[in-house]
Amino acid sequence: MENLERNRLLRLAMPWLVMIVFFAIWELACVVFAIEEIILPRPSKVFEVIVLRFDILLKFCLQTLWSTVIGFGLAIAGGLLLGLAIGASPFVYSGLYPLLIAFNAIPKVAIVPILMIWVGVGFLPAIITAFVISFFPIVVNVATGLATIEPEMRDVMRSLGATRTEILVKVGIPRAMPYLFASLKVAITLAFIGSVIAETVGGNNGIGFLMLSAGARNDAPTTFAGLFAIAIMGILMYAICAWFERRMTKWAFRGELVS
Amino acid sequence: MVDQALVELRGVKLAYGVGRDSTLAVDGLDMRIGKGEFVAVVGPSGCGKSTLMKLVTGLLPPTSGEIIVHGQTVTKPIKGVGMAFQNPTLMPWRTTMDNVLLPMEVVEPHKRRFRRHRAEYEERAMKLLRTVGLADFSQKFPWQLSGGMQQRSNLCRALIHEPEILMLDEPFGALDAFTREELWGVMQALWLEQRFTAVLVTHDLREAVYLADTVYVMSRRPGKIVLVQQVELPRPRTLASTFEPAFVDLVHKLRDRIHLEHA
Ligand SMILES: Nc1ncnc2c1ncn2[C@@H]1O[C@H](COP(=O)(O)OP(=O)(O)OP(=O)(O)O)[C@@H](O)[C@H]1O
Ligand SMILES: [Mg+2]
Repeated sequence: MENLERNRLLRLAMPWLVMIVFFAIWELACVVFAIEEIILPRPSKVFEVIVLRFDILLKFCLQTLWSTVIGFGLAIAGGLLLGLAIGASPFVYSGLYPLLIAFNAIPKVAIVPILMIWVGVGFLPAIITAFVISFFPIVVNVATGLATIEPEMRDVMRSLGATRTEILVKVGIPRAMPYLFASLKVAITLAFIGSVIAETVGGNNGIGFLMLSAGARNDAPTTFAGLFAIAIMGILMYAICAWFERRMTKWAFRGELVS
Repeated sequence: MVDQALVELRGVKLAYGVGRDSTLAVDGLDMRIGKGEFVAVVGPSGCGKSTLMKLVTGLLPPTSGEIIVHGQTVTKPIKGVGMAFQNPTLMPWRTTMDNVLLPMEVVEPHKRRFRRHRAEYEERAMKLLRTVGLADFSQKFPWQLSGGMQQRSNLCRALIHEPEILMLDEPFGALDAFTREELWGVMQALWLEQRFTAVLVTHDLREAVYLADTVYVMSRRPGKIVLVQQVELPRPRTLASTFEPAFVDLVHKLRDRIHLEHA
């Protein structure tokens, strides 16, 4: 019993231990090999910058967070709708799926300049890029969830005289939920990539812009502070998505309820 | 036989798939099932019994031949049936209670009343669950139930909306002998009370004779009817009647016929 408890604590502590070791090695390597700060700043230096310039970092972080969350929210709404349409109808599926794949193959960096021509600089390109990049996994997952409904489940509904809409509402959507939530964890990370790319390629706000201007000043510690900030935001949003997933689709995690 | 058929199959043939890959599941199937009749279908595994159930409910269109229910040719899933599928297919995101209540959310006229009279319907579902011994599990999810318990919930789901036609595909297959025999009694009592039309697929010949008015024996795949056996034993039948000579003789007769299919 005591052993189990210790195992549990150890499991919880593991990520932190690994992180501490990682930073320690990094710090040590910088000192031992006398790496110049402009190439790779020591993590202690980066943390120092984070503390010193916390207000500025926070301001730019919040800008990025907003663009990301708005783009991500739009992607959920759009992805859910399109995913349901694709999964529910073989015609929409055969018509749109190849297009979606082709669209997803386009490197999203390439569309930022085009977006800037269309909507100018500012928040919009970041929002749109975040949307575009996180849209695809959501659509594909929701469509997969619908398309893989057990035929028996559909037969149960059909034998009761259910309409197509009823089958979609009572079986399709609940069945697609675990797929949707699984995709959200992937999509939120992608959304961050999208908004930061847009800010880096051509923006006047957000953490990507901050990193770019710091880089131009050869201010490596600030650039790295920006990287850390993105990572932290990514983890936070991921955790929120994972928490929602747990809550909304308990039944799909059935095995883990035993322990 | 029956003069007024509720369900009629005329030369029904069904092939799964097309071309060289196709499997002929049933061929030349003829049946006449009267209103309020309890029919049992027995036959070797893979002979097309489940297929027959799906044909009658309109879930599968026949390759050729005709299926008539209520005097009308079946072309799409028919209304007013309750079906217990061979594998329970309960929805994992619903509790046992919600699974059993599913037909109420879909079938008229309950559908319209369901939201406002939920408590009343829950009471009804609870009563059914109690008769199959699942009262304590109404708030559990299907994956928290054993295979036999899932089958019993499945049976409740087929019964809850008191359908006119009840299709039961091996509903007692995963149960122990005692529970099974207990449920025969429950099933018979329900039937005596409501007089629905029932089609029961089973591998258990005693079960068939206990419950049915008519037992149909199917041949090996492609399935067709090779024997129609009336069971004219008095009702209600009890476990004691299963040991009476008339009962045992019938079971032996059916067994001998099925043995021919395995030869
Ligand atoms: N969806 C399907 N696609 C192709 N072939 C099928 C399909 N379903 C059933 N079959 C074939 O049709 C035949 C009859 O199947 P069916 O499920 O009706 O048998 P059954 O009499 O219910 O058997 P059991 O007693 O084992 O349940 C089998 O040989 C099977 O291989
Ligand atoms: Mg079967």
